[in-house]
Amino acid sequence: MNRRASTFAVHAILAAYTLLALFPIFLILINSVKSRTAIFGSPLSLPGPDTFSLVGYQKVFSDSQVPLYFFNSVLVTVVTIALVLIIGAMAAWALTEYGFKGATLLKLYLSIGIMVPIRLGSVAILKLIVGMGLVNTWTGLILVYTAQGLPLSVFILSEFVGQIPKDLKEAGRAEGVSEYQIFVYVILPLLRPAMATVAVFSMIPVWNDLWFPLLLAPGNGAQTITLGIQQFIGEYVTDWNAVLAALSVAIIPVLVLYVVFSRQLIRGLTAGAVK
Amino acid sequence: MTDTPAEQRNFGLVGLSKARFAVLITVFLGPALAIYTLFAVYPLIATIAYAMYHVAPDGSSRFAGLDNFRTLLFDDTWSKPFWNAFRNNSWFFLIHMLVQNPIGLLLAALLSQSKLTGRAAYRTLIFMPTMLSVVIIGFIWQLILSPLWGVSKSFLAAIGMQSWFAPWLGLESSALITISLMSVWQFVGIPMILIYTALIAIPEDFIDAARVDGLNARQIFTHIKLPLIAPTIGLVSVLTFVNNFNAFDLIYAVKGAIAGPNFATDIMGTFFYRTFFGHQLQLGDRTMGSAVATMMFLIILAGLMIYLVLIQRRLQRYSY
Repeated sequence: MNRRASTFAVHAILAAYTLLALFPIFLILINSVKSRTAIFGSPLSLPGPDTFSLVGYQKVFSDSQVPLYFFNSVLVTVVTIALVLIIGAMAAWALTEYGFKGATLLKLYLSIGIMVPIRLGSVAILKLIVGMGLVNTWTGLILVYTAQGLPLSVFILSEFVGQIPKDLKEAGRAEGVSEYQIFVYVILPLLRPAMATVAVFSMIPVWNDLWFPLLLAPGNGAQTITLGIQQFIGEYVTDWNAVLAALSVAIIPVLVLYVVFSRQLIRGLTAGAVK
Repeated sequence: MTDTPAEQRNFGLVGLSKARFAVLITVFLGPALAIYTLFAVYPLIATIAYAMYHVAPDGSSRFAGLDNFRTLLFDDTWSKPFWNAFRNNSWFFLIHMLVQNPIGLLLAALLSQSKLTGRAAYRTLIFMPTMLSVVIIGFIWQLILSPLWGVSKSFLAAIGMQSWFAPWLGLESSALITISLMSVWQFVGIPMILIYTALIAIPEDFIDAARVDGLNARQIFTHIKLPLIAPTIGLVSVLTFVNNFNAFDLIYAVKGAIAGPNFATDIMGTFFYRTFFGHQLQLGDRTMGSAVATMMFLIILAGLMIYLVLIQRRLQRYSY
């Protein structure tokens, strides 16, 4: 096979697979803005002036609490990420910087959480959350997701803390600045790029999770968007306009965020964060 | 004037008393250890402990040793669904290993070619489904495969294969394979990115040397690159294993907790959910649920052990 033919073959395969990856999503998005007859009559065509319809979206926004679920998801995700980053950075700093007895053992202890899915402890987690009166609250979800995200955060941030030049820390210490101030004013700003990577990583499983919302916050307006959409579709299963619109509402924000942050995410993934 | 090594290491901390140092460590490590211990480690241990109790109808519990496990593994009413879920889950995993990871490897190999135009675009777009919620992916495919909508039917008709169409998700014989392939479609981006990363990390010199020796592209891939990325393939396999034996969301979204038709798509996660929360006439059972979770834990642990002890050690020996 000569060079040009093989380049063509490579592009053909990659393009075909890209099409396979995108087509289902595209199909849902275009049909979500079509009338019911057009959805069934010509599912593969783009919406035109005759077939354009937002009836599904009207139903999603009037008959469900999608804006509320969306807000819940944003809140739970943002607070979780903030905790995972700050608490994680503090732990990573202590474990890496102060070579105290037992630091290695503690790292090993934390690494259990990277390998063993926290879901397996669900029976006891539910009991714990019920006991604390945190069912159907953001707090319950945030605590569990923070526990889930911390190990990887500590693991990745430790690598970066280890790379911070000694001079930067010692300069502060020589002037009598406290360890707490060094952490806040020297270390945290230096960790910012690494924290961005950890943030993107930890965000996806929290935003997309169905299991813990189903267990810990299944009702009372505390649902996250993933669970809310799942419940909505279960209810409107025969209303194709509503189902397609609900799916699109769940897809669009993630796609927008992904397109904006994809470079950061892929760079994080390819930086060997998962070794 | 000699400092002890410990003091040298913590230059600025020399003046710190032991008590102050302990406070420092507690402030920095305390929050992480507290949350992690209370909401991740303790629940795992407590779940294993619950699995060894019986709860009477009046709510009182008593220690029962391994009774629950005996019931789960050998009593017909429990062991049948348990082994069914385990078998289905093994197929689920096997399909990922045989379809998802080879496709991921192929895509990574193509993407890692030097001088490929549009590499970033391909990478970003192929990875896109991985970002979406499993629940959403489940619903998307459910609609596309639905005989009601007929998209896939007319698609097959367009390429002259209309007679192949069947309501795959509804048939006992094909539902599990169909759901597995939906999951493969979504997650192919993960092996792709991980293997791609390993491939581009291979020093250019190795490849050049092989080329000078007269190896062609295919030989370079199988004899040079593949052995070098073997540890990554091992990692991808163990990640697939852990994720697959912990899966739940997709089956629940597409088939509900009942994992129909006739439990053909029941995997460990859905079986655990039904046992714990109950379904239809069966009441939820906390201790049996814990026993199922403990079995899942042991299965995942076994997978991790095989990876750590056998695969990783052997790979390291080969790579030097």
